[in-house]
Amino acid sequence: MDNKNYVLKMEHIKKSFYGVNVLKDVSLFLKTGEIQALIGENGAGKSTLMKILGGIYAKDSGEITVNQKAVEIKTPLAARDLRICMVHQEISLVPQLSIADNIFLGSELKRGLFEDKKQMKEKAQEAIDLLEMNVPVTTKVHRLSVAQQQLVEIAKSLVFDARIIVLDEPTAAISEKEAESLFAYLKKLKQEGISIIYISHRLEEIFRLCDSITVMRDGMIVSNKNISETNRDEVIAAMVGRSITDFFGNNHPQGTETILEVKGLSNRYLKNINFTLQQGEILGFAGLVGAGRTELARALFGLDKIDEGKIYLNEKEIKCRTPYEAMECGIGLIPEDRKQSGLFLEKSISYNLTLLVLKEFIRGIRVNGAKRDVIVREYSEKLAIKMAGVHQHCSQLSGGNQQKVVISKWLAYGPKILIMDEPTRGVDVGAKAEIYHLINDLAKAGYSIIMISSELPEIINMSSRIVVMHEGKITGILDSRETNFVQEEIMDYAIGGKIDEECK
Amino acid sequence: MKNANSKSQNKAVMLYKDFLKTNGGILIALVIMFVFLSFSNQHFFTSNNMANLFNYFTTNCVLAMCMMCVLITGEIDLSISSFVALSGIILCVFLNKGIAFLPALLLTLVIGALVGVVTGTIIAYSGMPSFIVTLAMQGVIRGAAYIISSGARVSSSDKWLFHLTSTRYGGIPLPTIIILIIAVILGFLLYRTSFGKHMYAAGGNREAAIYSGINVKKIVIVTFAISGALACLAGSFVASRVTSGQPAAGAGYEGDAVAAAVLGGTAFTGGRGTVSGVIIGALVIGTLTNGMNLLEINSYWQQICKGLIIMLAVMIDTIKQRRSN
Repeated sequence: MDNKNYVLKMEHIKKSFYGVNVLKDVSLFLKTGEIQALIGENGAGKSTLMKILGGIYAKDSGEITVNQKAVEIKTPLAARDLRICMVHQEISLVPQLSIADNIFLGSELKRGLFEDKKQMKEKAQEAIDLLEMNVPVTTKVHRLSVAQQQLVEIAKSLVFDARIIVLDEPTAAISEKEAESLFAYLKKLKQEGISIIYISHRLEEIFRLCDSITVMRDGMIVSNKNISETNRDEVIAAMVGRSITDFFGNNHPQGTETILEVKGLSNRYLKNINFTLQQGEILGFAGLVGAGRTELARALFGLDKIDEGKIYLNEKEIKCRTPYEAMECGIGLIPEDRKQSGLFLEKSISYNLTLLVLKEFIRGIRVNGAKRDVIVREYSEKLAIKMAGVHQHCSQLSGGNQQKVVISKWLAYGPKILIMDEPTRGVDVGAKAEIYHLINDLAKAGYSIIMISSELPEIINMSSRIVVMHEGKITGILDSRETNFVQEEIMDYAIGGKIDEECK
Repeated sequence: MKNANSKSQNKAVMLYKDFLKTNGGILIALVIMFVFLSFSNQHFFTSNNMANLFNYFTTNCVLAMCMMCVLITGEIDLSISSFVALSGIILCVFLNKGIAFLPALLLTLVIGALVGVVTGTIIAYSGMPSFIVTLAMQGVIRGAAYIISSGARVSSSDKWLFHLTSTRYGGIPLPTIIILIIAVILGFLLYRTSFGKHMYAAGGNREAAIYSGINVKKIVIVTFAISGALACLAGSFVASRVTSGQPAAGAGYEGDAVAAAVLGGTAFTGGRGTVSGVIIGALVIGTLTNGMNLLEINSYWQQICKGLIIMLAVMIDTIKQRRSN
């Protein structure tokens, strides 16, 4: 191996949190001017590894070499001094400040006591121009599109003359077209000898953009190959560690009769939504972030106002203005962000699990503890929640177990229709498989499920039918009985490139 | 049978351990203060001084319970100090009109609850922060107290008004008994009813509560009603001690109420708080104030001490929370 080629070597990195080994002896090598994809399921250890590189976490053991020099990266500033820059998935800009101010936030250029506004503006403009973004740097960031904000983040790394840039899912929130131009910039950066670590879930773009691909699973690197030496299926298999059919359960349950019908639903986020849900099916909702899927779920659950349109439950019209009314109609919603809106993290598992069914064991001030324990035991066993005890706080559980608590909470309530918004986000691979099988079992047991997901493999392998949304409208509805689901076709609908006649 | 017995015993042990875990630190502080004061000052452990201490404690404890309830739901009520003045005055006005004591007291509490409903409704439906709304209400209610009383004290010679704080049953002052009863009722409300669980939910994670179909608006409104009624009870205690209602009464009491609640482990961010903790918190504040008076510490220094102690307590709590996460 030609040692000189490597701009970055991370060798035998180990890291554990509270006794859990998150990184088990990981080694990663990055060449000058290379775009290396780093992929893996959530919880595989990608972000921990990158946070160690960025000086946010300290490694337990291992060595990092940058430009043939052994280094210790103890703070984010130290990383910056080594010309390593992170572009995080969540955009970390202050909306009220201008582009230039954001770029220099925390390391403002000074002339004497005062900020050197002029020089900061010039330098920022230089970087912005390099990215061919046609906006003045005095523009306030909240006026920019998400894609533009992403570019500002990248501009930030250019201003500090970064040689290694880590991009964490840069295309998660932007459209295909914007992604396309982002790739062009990245290739330009590569030509200038800048090395890029590119974290993404989208295999297709990885195969178009990257030079090599590193797959992580359960805190280890399981595969590291040049892009020409591998293919999609191989990568997916390496990621999940088993064959895809086993993983998803793959039974596409078919519905029996229509239980829910939505006609011409519109509000400030949604335009003329029409679809039906069959009893016992899994109806997948695909689309890009911001396509209106979560907003549709909120509208059905009575969280957002409906301006026009009708909803029929078993052919009877229902009007749900509050979540409580929706629950009375038998609709449940497992929200996208479980920490924000699904769980009471500071409360026990038992509290969270029984919150919706308090009526069943509390009458006035009489608490039937035995009955409560029966409910808690039934669901925690059914879903195999791994816990120290029912009084453990939910904040101490892993993502997968937290999600199981949220699901149990709703199963205990027993809705007929269960809307699941990103049911496996932030969940490790093992728990993912369990949740997929659980969803299949629920459908078999007669629950009608609406599953919103941004992970296409999940949508394709689970759904009975797929509804694709784009900018608040439904652009296509696909049925597993009529067609084989093809990722490219779904993406076409999702980016608005193709619209079904019936949906117009 | 034996099995059931040991089971309930286990439960009691667990509750006891839980109690010590959440309130252990503050309890030790209280005991140390008590022992120190008993030995260092001959006047401390006398029945006279204890009566004094409990006088202050009762008012503050009731107000701290108001504060605890609103803090648990993720709100704050700064207007309780003005309720103290208003309730004293309207109670005496009612008594002077010839209404018997008990109905007059109940009427006062109901009025307090209604004003609380107004405050709660404004907060729940306008989306304004409760800090601002209750700060405004503090002025409004205080102003109303001045207008009703024409700015002067309203005296009443009703004998029950006098008895409310001076009667003792088996040596225990009546207000202390009332506080214990309220503590039990609040305990039942918070720990054993759906409403109580929903209060914790509304404060612990407002968004998750809404997603769970909980009517958060209703919870907020009812909580402010409870707070208003309890604050009026505290005001009645104050009025009873001076057998009159005074428009300036209770000014600044909300600060000590917050202090007692927070010392007792109530989370300022909502979703956490216990009745037992608040009682201990109020005892600490009461003992501290009383002790510093006995030790003849200058009242300006007393304020500094209190401030620092509250900060210390919150700091310890914050560190504890951070550790557990």
